[in-house]
Amino acid sequence: MKRYLPFVIIAAVLAAVAFVVLFAGGRSAPTPNTNQNLLNIPYRAAAGAEPPHAHGSPNAPVVLEEFGDFECPPCRRLHPVLKQIETGYSGRVRVIFRQLPLSEMHANALPAARASEAAAMQDRFWEMHNLLYEKQDEWKAKPNARLTFVEYARTLGMDADKFARDMDGEAVYDRIIADGQRANSLGVNGTPTVLLNNRELSYADISAAHRFRSLIDAALREKGL
Amino acid sequence: MPRSKLAGTTNLYALAAFVALAGLFDALYLTIEHLQGRSVRCTATSGCSEVLGSHYAVIGGVPLAAVGAIAYFTVFSLATLIAFGHTRLRSVFRIIVGLMCGTSLWLLYVQAFVLKAFCQYCLLSAGLSLVLGGIVIVDWFLHRGE
Repeated sequence: MKRYLPFVIIAAVLAAVAFVVLFAGGRSAPTPNTNQNLLNIPYRAAAGAEPPHAHGSPNAPVVLEEFGDFECPPCRRLHPVLKQIETGYSGRVRVIFRQLPLSEMHANALPAARASEAAAMQDRFWEMHNLLYEKQDEWKAKPNARLTFVEYARTLGMDADKFARDMDGEAVYDRIIADGQRANSLGVNGTPTVLLNNRELSYADISAAHRFRSLIDAALREKGL
Repeated sequence: MPRSKLAGTTNLYALAAFVALAGLFDALYLTIEHLQGRSVRCTATSGCSEVLGSHYAVIGGVPLAAVGAIAYFTVFSLATLIAFGHTRLRSVFRIIVGLMCGTSLWLLYVQAFVLKAFCQYCLLSAGLSLVLGGIVIVDWFLHRGE
């Protein structure tokens, strides 16, 4: 009997692991996203922060989901391109912004992400989002960019004290992490990354406005529009 | 092998099995939280979200915690078998524990100097890996020249 005992112990631990994974793991698994445009995302893909920061109709046939870092220069270059697309395809394209601050490369990326989320708590996400990209050169090298962000909040007519408190808060942070986890679960590891109806586009495609548009047109044609 | 030395080996590897079991459940907890897309809150440190939401928490789309769980399960199995007399597996045990210690030291460096944030579950895992490393060293001293 003693000969088999170690194998029995190992099998028992393996069974315990399986039990934990099936029950603890399965009990509170996230509800699959029921949005039509997200149906082909693998079940295990994390949902990201809810509700997402989005422009455009929830029923738009084309969904562009951007994973961005406010301190990343290519993201700043993409910003006006996406704005043009939003305007040019009004009603047909929904643009979602997801936080993916690359802190290991960009010292102020996380504070900037926090600032945009804190602005969202006063319904000024897109205003702060635009300002952060447009003034990237002003804050990206600052040792304490936080003060600049509080100044931006004041400029946008926000309650600066609440903004400063929210920037350091857990709620803001949880959203950034939730977006980061969605990025990880989708295998997104760089910025800017844009998914068009959940298909990742190459940087070459999104950096040239005409190529980007032709892909959106193709997606609209696929939907018969 | 003298009886006292055999008992020493059994006790040492039984301890290693318990340490690996603790590491296994720590890594399993992090894996489940990661796969469910939940952010893990720290109670003793303050950087769980920074560490677990960073790119270092995933290798090729696989959560690092899942790799850790597999490593701890392997070490647990090997320690259990060695404790029951399968001493030929000792060298495999030493290699895997060595790799785990090296990875843990690298991840401690990443937390301290790159992310500048510490996750208590990762620190626990690193600590347990280093305890396993300590067990390997003690075992090596006990069995030098064999």
